[in-house]
Amino acid sequence: MAMSRDEIYTKVQAVLVDALGVDEEEVTPNAVIRDDLGAESIDFLDIMFRLEKAFNIKIPKGEMMPENVANDPNIVKDGVVTPQGIAMLKEKMPHSDFSSFEADPKLDNMSKLFTVNAIVNYVQQKLEQPQAA
Amino acid sequence: MRWIWIDKFTEFTSKQSATAVKNVSLAEEHLHDLYPAFPIVPNSLIVEGMAQTAGILVGEARNFQEKVVLAKISKATFHRLVRPAETIQFAAKIEQLNEQGASITGTVTVNGEPVADIELMFSHVDQNLAGLEFPEHNFVFTEQFTELLKTARPSKPVML
Repeated sequence: MAMSRDEIYTKVQAVLVDALGVDEEEVTPNAVIRDDLGAESIDFLDIMFRLEKAFNIKIPKGEMMPENVANDPNIVKDGVVTPQGIAMLKEKMPHSDFSSFEADPKLDNMSKLFTVNAIVNYVQQKLEQPQAA
Repeated sequence: MRWIWIDKFTEFTSKQSATAVKNVSLAEEHLHDLYPAFPIVPNSLIVEGMAQTAGILVGEARNFQEKVVLAKISKATFHRLVRPAETIQFAAKIEQLNEQGASITGTVTVNGEPVADIELMFSHVDQNLAGLEFPEHNFVFTEQFTELLKTARPSKPVML
């Protein structure tokens, strides 16, 4: 039977508590993984490993969060994500909510796209995909 | 010179697990630094022993092509002190490994008694640099480390 969103949320919450050493109450749906929960770069790999184990899924590099976008001049210009960049990010991150980011698309604000909800959405989408044999 | 903190591998299963031992001697100066007249192995060095055991395991899994760096101590729980004349056993198991890095779980024991439970994350630094560059040569796995791996093979006493 498919896992409900609440079940996914509870498991994601446990993953973040273990990976980041935060309290369960801190892991709210809109909490930003880096800014609110204090994740550093290696923590993202830790979170990825723990999600793979918890949900028995494979997360290819860059799928949950695109990498090295800051170095591409088509995507970021003068510290601001270009319209082309936003379109690319939206396509690659259908699990993220872009409404606030589009209003102020500074590169520094990009981390705000990666929230607890974004992870739950990602996992939900992943679990709905047909599994490779 | 690198400070090698394990004496010998006693088990090594590529890409899976490794066990190494360290004999603790009263002659080691750092044992005396924490408490006067009560020599113990600092817990930080117990973590280092596990990091070396697991780091070589992770490095060997990719033929020492990656620069494997200890990136995170996810957990370190200690149950008992380690004293001079004891033999520490470090048992490491790879939980996950991909192109970016690895996570391992480790148990540390003395005479079968639990000393510590440790979880570590290793990063393959060249894969996680976001445009930065490290030196070309592999500064992590020096000959000292790769020679240590050979101790996992059964050997006879060296006769004179």
